[in-house]
Amino acid sequence: MSHPVVRDIRFFLAHTPGLVRHGSKPTREIHSNHSVWQDIQGSLRSFDEAAAYAPHQVLLGNMKPDGLNTAAAPWYENMLAEYSTSGPHGELVNEDQFHGLLKAADEFDLVLLEEGYAARVAAELRSHPRVTDEEIERIQGVPYSRIEERLTSREGAIPLLTRDGETIGLVQTDYVDDASLAPDILLENLAVKATATMALRSVLAESGTDPAGLQYVIGSGEEAIGDRYNRGGGNLAKTVAEAAACVNSTGSDVKAFCCAPVHAMVVGGSLVQSGVFPEVAVVGGCSLAKLGMKFRGHLAKEIPVMEDVLAGFAVLMGPDDGTSPVLRLDSVGRHTVGAGSVQQAIVEALVADPLDRLGLKFGDVAKYATEMHNPEITDTAGSGNVPRTNYRLIAALAAQRGEIEKGSESRDRFVEQHGMPGFSPTQGHVASAMPFMAHALDDLRAGDYQYSMFLAKGSLFLGRMTHMSDGESFILESNSGAG
Amino acid sequence: MDLAGKRVIIVGERDGVPGPAIEACVRSAGAEPVMVQTQCFV
Amino acid sequence: MVVLLGSPTPESAEVYARTVTEGDPSWVGPLAGIALGLPVFHVLEEEVKSQFDAAVYQEQVEIMESVLDTDDIIAAMKNVREAVGV
Repeated sequence: MSHPVVRDIRFFLAHTPGLVRHGSKPTREIHSNHSVWQDIQGSLRSFDEAAAYAPHQVLLGNMKPDGLNTAAAPWYENMLAEYSTSGPHGELVNEDQFHGLLKAADEFDLVLLEEGYAARVAAELRSHPRVTDEEIERIQGVPYSRIEERLTSREGAIPLLTRDGETIGLVQTDYVDDASLAPDILLENLAVKATATMALRSVLAESGTDPAGLQYVIGSGEEAIGDRYNRGGGNLAKTVAEAAACVNSTGSDVKAFCCAPVHAMVVGGSLVQSGVFPEVAVVGGCSLAKLGMKFRGHLAKEIPVMEDVLAGFAVLMGPDDGTSPVLRLDSVGRHTVGAGSVQQAIVEALVADPLDRLGLKFGDVAKYATEMHNPEITDTAGSGNVPRTNYRLIAALAAQRGEIEKGSESRDRFVEQHGMPGFSPTQGHVASAMPFMAHALDDLRAGDYQYSMFLAKGSLFLGRMTHMSDGESFILESNSGAG
Repeated sequence: MDLAGKRVIIVGERDGVPGPAIEACVRSAGAEPVMVQTQCFV
Repeated sequence: MVVLLGSPTPESAEVYARTVTEGDPSWVGPLAGIALGLPVFHVLEEEVKSQFDAAVYQEQVEIMESVLDTDDIIAAMKNVREAVGV
């Protein structure tokens, strides 16, 4: 059996401290107490602090994940002396550039920027190789008086502020009676479009892929676009395909909470394998709602509010090219309806079953990519170290099967060897296994190891329609070249 | 504290012990789950 | 009425335990300042664990004992109960 391959992946990060006020948690708390924003604002990072933050350098590909094991902690206090805003796996832009990209993504005059600010941002973005001339043209501003008038005279607009608290624009709806098109939702969806588009453009350009050669784009974000009659109806994937000039492509969205990217990779790989669409991209935009989600914990500990970064990604898949790592479709692990919500059952379905099917042992998978949430963000707010919990669960199952010794010493050794510290911004679906894929592709191409497993869980119960969880997994294998 | 016959509010967590797993235990002790939640902070 | 928690860390267990006993410690939720005084336990604690059917507990929960920092979670729960007297 031949298998589809994963050609490349890129990430697009935006440091957006001014948008933290539009995260779900800050929005609700600022609404009931306006002084909360002053508290948050005083703990927001500068762009240089965000860029020199070790986990971000791992995501950009300038540092290996295991490098975090020896990097001085806490990472937020120990900025790297050498860092870059771009790397082999992606780039990081500042909030001004991102506000410009929001305007560039807007085809309905939903975003208004102050004219002086718009001119400055357009000039800054003009030299960016992934921003089109047409988009630069679109970044036009209006007089400040018009922004002020719109914000104060009628409902249906929310201000855009910088980290410094300067109002530089707004987002407005064109239909105030539609809750599905409320300005905060439009902002969220424009941010998704902008981040996913930039990631897709990067992976296409940097892998030397003609956008016109792509046939299908799958969106895997958690956000929902649509109006009052079709809330969450989607299709952001085709929007992103259009913005990235994939003129011969169509697309659709796969919705499955945080594990949608893994589902989407499996669907995409199947489309490639069947020959229905040989050239497929999987994209995931950012999750703006999660900005500042754990700010209470961070403020209580007097540490920076670290949920200040938006992230998107784009992956290219295709038929076996003899070199790119293969997605083993016969390795797909899935959490079935009958499996229950027990942690052990989930890990058995996602890890043990696929290993059994391929005749592999737990130790044969060199690196497991799970939900790579940065523990400095979660643990400091009482939410625990998510990747470590997952790695310990995998180790516990390996011990139950007698593949490693029982006891915490053996467990911790397994976790260190086959896991890694979390390094992803807490961006929901983006954090789920995908952040390691760029490193895995490098390692598998270099022949450092043969197998890497990607697994993610989804919190279906959050939608109040079921108490169930969800999960899916697959194994990437180095390409033997045998075709 | 005797669980049998008591009404129980269950606050599980995705990255700890999920609500339905606690619910199964509570029922096995002869108690009545009146609310089952699972939290997720990522 | 009893509250049972499945929190993954001592810190989050403490927040929930305080919330349902003396009121929301962060003073932001609907239970801010409202002392319910409910008995509260973590599912990994012996007081409740011993009352579950052993086979059910083993299947549903037990693996998490070796995954979470169980001793610290239990200590945090005892501290809250002693401090608020439930």
